[in-house]
Amino acid sequence: MCLAMPARIISLLENETAIINLGGVEKQISLALLDTEISIGDYVVVHVGYALTRLDEVQAQQTLALFAQMQSAKEETK
Amino acid sequence: MKYIKAFRDANLAKMIADKIAAEVNDNQPYRLMEFCGGHTHAIHRYGIPDLLPKNIDLIHGPGCPVCVLPIARIDQAIALAELPNVILCSYGDMLRVPGTQQKSLLKAKAKGADVRMVYSINDALAIAQKNLSKEIIFFAIGFETTTPPTAVALLKAKELCLNNFSVFCNHVLTPVAMECLLQDENAEASVQLDGFIGPAHVSIIIGSDAYKKVAERYQKPVVISGFEPLDLLQSILMLVQLINEKSYGVENQYTRAVKPQGNIKSQALMAETLELRSTFEWRGLGFMPNSALQIKSAYRDFDAEYRFPLQMSQGQEHKACECGAILRGVKKPQACKLFAKACTPENPLGACMVSSEGACAAYYAYGRIK
Amino acid sequence: MSGIKRRGALVDVKRGCVELSHGSGGRAMMQLIDQVFLSAFDNELLAQKNDQACFNTEQGRMVMTTDSYVISPLFFPGGDIGCLAVHGTINDIAMSGAKPLYLSASFILEEGFSLMDLQKIVQSMAAAARDANVKIITGDTKVVERGKGDGVFITTTGIGVLAQPINISADRAKPGDKVIISGYLGDHGVAVMSKRENLSFFAPVESDTAALHELVATMIAAVPDIHCMRDPTRGGLASVLNEIAEQSQVGFMIEENTLPIREVVAGACELLGLDPLYVANEGKLVAICKSADAEILLAVMQKHPLGKHAALIGEVVADANCFVQMQTSFGGKRMVDWLAGEQLPRIC
Repeated sequence: MCLAMPARIISLLENETAIINLGGVEKQISLALLDTEISIGDYVVVHVGYALTRLDEVQAQQTLALFAQMQSAKEETK
Repeated sequence: MKYIKAFRDANLAKMIADKIAAEVNDNQPYRLMEFCGGHTHAIHRYGIPDLLPKNIDLIHGPGCPVCVLPIARIDQAIALAELPNVILCSYGDMLRVPGTQQKSLLKAKAKGADVRMVYSINDALAIAQKNLSKEIIFFAIGFETTTPPTAVALLKAKELCLNNFSVFCNHVLTPVAMECLLQDENAEASVQLDGFIGPAHVSIIIGSDAYKKVAERYQKPVVISGFEPLDLLQSILMLVQLINEKSYGVENQYTRAVKPQGNIKSQALMAETLELRSTFEWRGLGFMPNSALQIKSAYRDFDAEYRFPLQMSQGQEHKACECGAILRGVKKPQACKLFAKACTPENPLGACMVSSEGACAAYYAYGRIK
Repeated sequence: MSGIKRRGALVDVKRGCVELSHGSGGRAMMQLIDQVFLSAFDNELLAQKNDQACFNTEQGRMVMTTDSYVISPLFFPGGDIGCLAVHGTINDIAMSGAKPLYLSASFILEEGFSLMDLQKIVQSMAAAARDANVKIITGDTKVVERGKGDGVFITTTGIGVLAQPINISADRAKPGDKVIISGYLGDHGVAVMSKRENLSFFAPVESDTAALHELVATMIAAVPDIHCMRDPTRGGLASVLNEIAEQSQVGFMIEENTLPIREVVAGACELLGLDPLYVANEGKLVAICKSADAEILLAVMQKHPLGKHAALIGEVVADANCFVQMQTSFGGKRMVDWLAGEQLPRIC
């Protein structure tokens, strides 16, 4: 369940709100649920107008690197 | 769209699928339940079953909040919407869900009820601020992902003394439902499972540790998985490996968003405003103790269940509807006599056909080719 | 203002609003018609102020269509209900291959509607008709009580002429035919949704509303035997393909990779849980032709400003079930079914 998308923070506003950008679409969302500091350029996971968490970009890169690693390992065995 | 497209790469998918094929033992079934409707949707949208060996069986679970809401609560919401001077707001998903005798919020709207679709509960708050002479009721549904925004709205309503705003709270809890599915595993007509594909966004809030108890008690592996197709394939690979090793416990594939402890602040906001209900009915699963949340007495002024007389409804399902068995994972949609015949997305008879996350809707939209 | 003589007092467009008297047949109605409608649509047939317009027919078969326009909001990025009412009806004529000639326009106005907005809408219609070289030659206005309308509803009827002996029809798709779309999908729907109450977001995209008859004329000049043509408005590309599949008793296989979709439209759809294949367009067409004609047709379309981003997106297949299927960019296949009910933004 729960449609949520990673989107980039492009500006921080008053009252724990911010503007996100997803593929050029901009929307105002609430940061009221976040327990971490947020800065412009961070990615957050957005659901029903709220950021649920900051996306951990290091972890995201690690997951993608793991895929790449699996692929190169596979190519070597060919 | 960064962090979306990279997780939809077809070549990488093929590569992970090959790895899964290499790891499975041919003579062993792998019965994996994707708890979330979001996973069901993605599995079908991307044609993942086509990429998997035949002995991996993906069983959809009850993780679609629209589908598990019992018909009696839908009847009550419709009755609230029909009260004079009320504006009932809800997420788009709920508007077409059939209640008793196929009545729905959209049909109530056509007959004059003021029902409004909102994208966020904040929009309902804004409507309340703009319409002080009206009663604004927010029909809140969803698992732990959608609950914290409701908590924030309750706090805000109290802070602003927004006395014309109230919430009809139907938030339900994930780990409890998971446990319930496993509890009667030995009973007849219950689902046999070897592992769980765990919820992505629910887990952002409650954390991966929240499933430890279930995983250990019932000795099943749970892998928290992201919603993109590569996430799902990697999670299935992890589950196959865990099942082969006969190990159980919780692993996290969706590390870019889920932490072991979850989102502590959101948990605190929920604890401030909401508390466990002693029991709550789930469509298909029946009454489960401690499986849902209600509004705390300190916020009772904003609780629609206290502000308005709730209509008692038995909630009559369509007699031949198999939503219940489908939600428990015991039956597949094709096994229902109504599926794709009397029950279609144009004329849904059961909730699983309405929500695009519902198993029936997903099978109907993506699965009829075969 | 050729041939139009103003009668009576000036209508206070700046501050005024639609009143019931504007629909009562009396002087107020005449003043409104003269000063808001006639002056904008200005042409010799309309200036005769008869209850009908009389014109000579051209050689060939006549084509007629009618469409009502209701949209919220009335003004949206890239257009408004006025130009939409002209483009939409012209396009319905054009999809037969005909040249659109004349339009009628009928307005249902809600009491209290701002005359300023009405004038803006009417002027936008006039400009759209002028640009398309089509005349609005007869019309009607009615006023309904406040609360019984949504500002303004417009119905336009169009007349066109099909000079050449061509036959473009939704029952002519044959297995092996190619499917071409004239440009980016979903721009109109996303532009309108971005301005809806309770949904508002900012998307740098404008409605694609446009009259397509000139593009169609160049297409027919290059490939006279186009089998089917339709504009994917409400219900989007998916609905048009399902309609044609049913009428021609065929199936479709389209390629997700080839679909022209702007990133911003894809982004809005991800955010709201919508599928761009079902989102409305108002300046696009789907053309189906013989495989041998496809490259030529695509090339002339891409030379026209309204077809610059045209793309070949798939083909007609034999299928007794009349299924529309899509080869996904992920490597699987999926059904592209009829739209069920209205597409509502979802949270799960």
